[in-house]
Amino acid sequence: MELIALLSATVRMATPLIFVAIGETYSERAGVMNIGLEGLMLIGAITAYTAVFFTGSLFFGLIAAMLAAMLFGFGFAYLAVTIKANQIVTGAALNMIGLGVSGFIYRVVFANTGIVSAVKTLPAIPLPFLSEIPFAGPILFNQNALVYFVFILTPITAFVLNKTSLGLSIRAVGEHPRAVDSVGLPVFRLRYGCILFAAALAGLGGAYLPIAHANQFVEGLTAGRGFIALTMVPFAGWTIPGVFLGGLLFGAAYALQLRLQVAQLAIAYQFLQTLPYLLTLAVLILSRNRTEQPKALCVPYEAG
Amino acid sequence: MTPSPIPRLEVKNITKRFPGVLANDNISLSILPGEIHALLGENGAGKTTLMNIVYGLVHRDSGEILINGMPVNIRSPREAIQHRVGMVHQHFMLVPTLTVAENVILGMRPFTHHLLDMREIEQDILKIAEKYGLQIKPSELISRLSVGEQQRVEIVKALYRGVDLLILDEPTAVLTPQETTELFKTIRSLTKQGLSIIFITHKLNEVMEVADRISVLRDGKLIATKSVQETDKDELAFLMVDRCISFTVEKPEMKRGEPVLVVKDLTVSDKFRTQVDHISFHVCSGEILGIAGVDGNGQNELALSLSGLLRPSSGKILLNGKDVTHESVRKLNRVGLGHIPADRQNLGLVMDFTVAENLILQRYYCSPFTTTLGFFDLAQIQENAQRLVREYDIRTRTTQTKLNHLSGGNQQKVILAREIDQKPKLLIAVQPTRGLDCGATEYIHQILVEQRNAGAAILLVSTELDEILALSDRICVMYEGKIMGELLNTGEDILRIGRLMAGVTDS
Repeated sequence: MELIALLSATVRMATPLIFVAIGETYSERAGVMNIGLEGLMLIGAITAYTAVFFTGSLFFGLIAAMLAAMLFGFGFAYLAVTIKANQIVTGAALNMIGLGVSGFIYRVVFANTGIVSAVKTLPAIPLPFLSEIPFAGPILFNQNALVYFVFILTPITAFVLNKTSLGLSIRAVGEHPRAVDSVGLPVFRLRYGCILFAAALAGLGGAYLPIAHANQFVEGLTAGRGFIALTMVPFAGWTIPGVFLGGLLFGAAYALQLRLQVAQLAIAYQFLQTLPYLLTLAVLILSRNRTEQPKALCVPYEAG
Repeated sequence: MTPSPIPRLEVKNITKRFPGVLANDNISLSILPGEIHALLGENGAGKTTLMNIVYGLVHRDSGEILINGMPVNIRSPREAIQHRVGMVHQHFMLVPTLTVAENVILGMRPFTHHLLDMREIEQDILKIAEKYGLQIKPSELISRLSVGEQQRVEIVKALYRGVDLLILDEPTAVLTPQETTELFKTIRSLTKQGLSIIFITHKLNEVMEVADRISVLRDGKLIATKSVQETDKDELAFLMVDRCISFTVEKPEMKRGEPVLVVKDLTVSDKFRTQVDHISFHVCSGEILGIAGVDGNGQNELALSLSGLLRPSSGKILLNGKDVTHESVRKLNRVGLGHIPADRQNLGLVMDFTVAENLILQRYYCSPFTTTLGFFDLAQIQENAQRLVREYDIRTRTTQTKLNHLSGGNQQKVILAREIDQKPKLLIAVQPTRGLDCGATEYIHQILVEQRNAGAAILLVSTELDEILALSDRICVMYEGKIMGELLNTGEDILRIGRLMAGVTDS
């Protein structure tokens, strides 16, 4: 049953990455690269943690995390779209802000006050019948609500992007925004919308860590997951199913690393912990020169 | 006389000022239903600005626009489309990664309208295309279409939106002569169904061939509106430039010498495709070899590899009998290569440098510009600049003026002066007159012919067939990286050249 435990952990570890990468896929397809995902995840994480700690409501915590991340996402959108600031520089700033703000709130509210800081977490909900399927049941259908949400969100976002009028406009605006403008579609609003959607999902992915993965907040607890999600997007060729599978691959790296630590191998656990990051490097090398990259990625749109 | 119908579009006293230029100066004209109305003028005459105002891309400073007799205020392309005005831009507004149908439907359905039934949409598009005799394949990706096909998609895109006034901005600039004929047929069939067409161009032949009425713009002003019966090419040319222009260049009999440039089996390719495909040709001293072809068929890559800026993947380049295939640009320049690049502002000039500095870009390190101690000799640089400005009639305030304050024609003269002053044995001129007005074009043609007469070998790469025919002694036609055919220029083979440009071999 080692394998079932490993795969079940894979799905759990993949969930936050997939949330964030789905959002970023939308944003990049619309022509905006937000490298500040790590910062947004931290904002989401501290917001969810604080909200759950004081209200006891997990649902409220998740909503608050998304709204807080969207607030910062709006600031990013204003700079990157309206002001036409460099998206990379702006995203880097967002990472620093996320790290600083989350750390600041944590220290002021929790660390320096000596409050016992564990919060309640999302419980695993075994789905009736489905969870009893041999092998696949315990892996896929004995998980928390957010994992199920990823299962639903993946096909929905893929459908919207590929089969609807909105999705067509999003795909077009990342390739040739002037063409989109010339048929009378709102370039700026489409990009704002995708950035805000990506921010909300980054907030959700961040919130997952303290209230589903652990029951604590630790400064910098995202540990590069925002950047891993960022590399998943080109690796997946800017497609939603690709991002889902890529997420599972990274989830497996995390799960394996945890398992190996428990297995008491004669390897220092610090080496094992580098596994997801080594995979990230490998993926970056593999996905260089992807030709599917949206042509207008990182190019601010100048009307007229 | 029947009373004239209500014009489909009427613009009244339109004025638009950009920083430093009066782009449209009190322009008034009207377009009738079912009419092909040509907007004729040189580059920078204000044609495109006027149409961008009508299409809502640019906002007018003053004046009025009436559509079907009703005053309208068009502030965006969306509003223009609502008023049934469509525009096919010079640079196509098509997303290459999407299909024809997806491009046509883009922006047509509200975001709340969820499911796109592409099959049904493709059927609708086919119906419209057939109605006007346009051949398109709705499920094909744009990136797989030729330029002519893409233009048809643009037209269908406008028709799908139900326009009854269609603006075509320089539609023939990217087409072969055959595709142009095809386009004209389409335009005529559109007007038969009641559409009005505005046709922006600077080509007199086309205007005479297709237009019903012609409005000539010059320096932002409307000079005249004529019906095609009451005018001719000479008058239009006169109205366009305010003086007569000669269409032919005086060219004495060729005195052909030894081959200067010999290209053997040259191939240039990148990761994705082969841009130059096993090309062999030669250019002799005292002759102009014209490379004709529709833009994007490898001419640019050919010129760049010959001038040392792009590494060929195989083949040989011989200059005066010596193998120079992998020589540096500086070495090529020293052994007698002059290069007038297509992208003059990026490859030919440093726009932030002064005229004097640009004139020594290749020779700054040599005597007399640099002394033996390694310092610039400013007096020599200045003297050189003053001499060239005088000889080549470069219109600049001073030799210390920065290049970006010069007009396009004078920028080109700076390159020309610099390259020709070194007495090149081989001169590669790529699109030497693109975007220039008639005066500058004529001057540059004259200089190229002078160089030829003086014994230089000249390789002229141009997508303007008129230019190729006017200057070349011999013509090679390129298509998809290959030379499709070579012929002596008698000035009468335009149909054959057109076929070669479209990739049809002689057989």
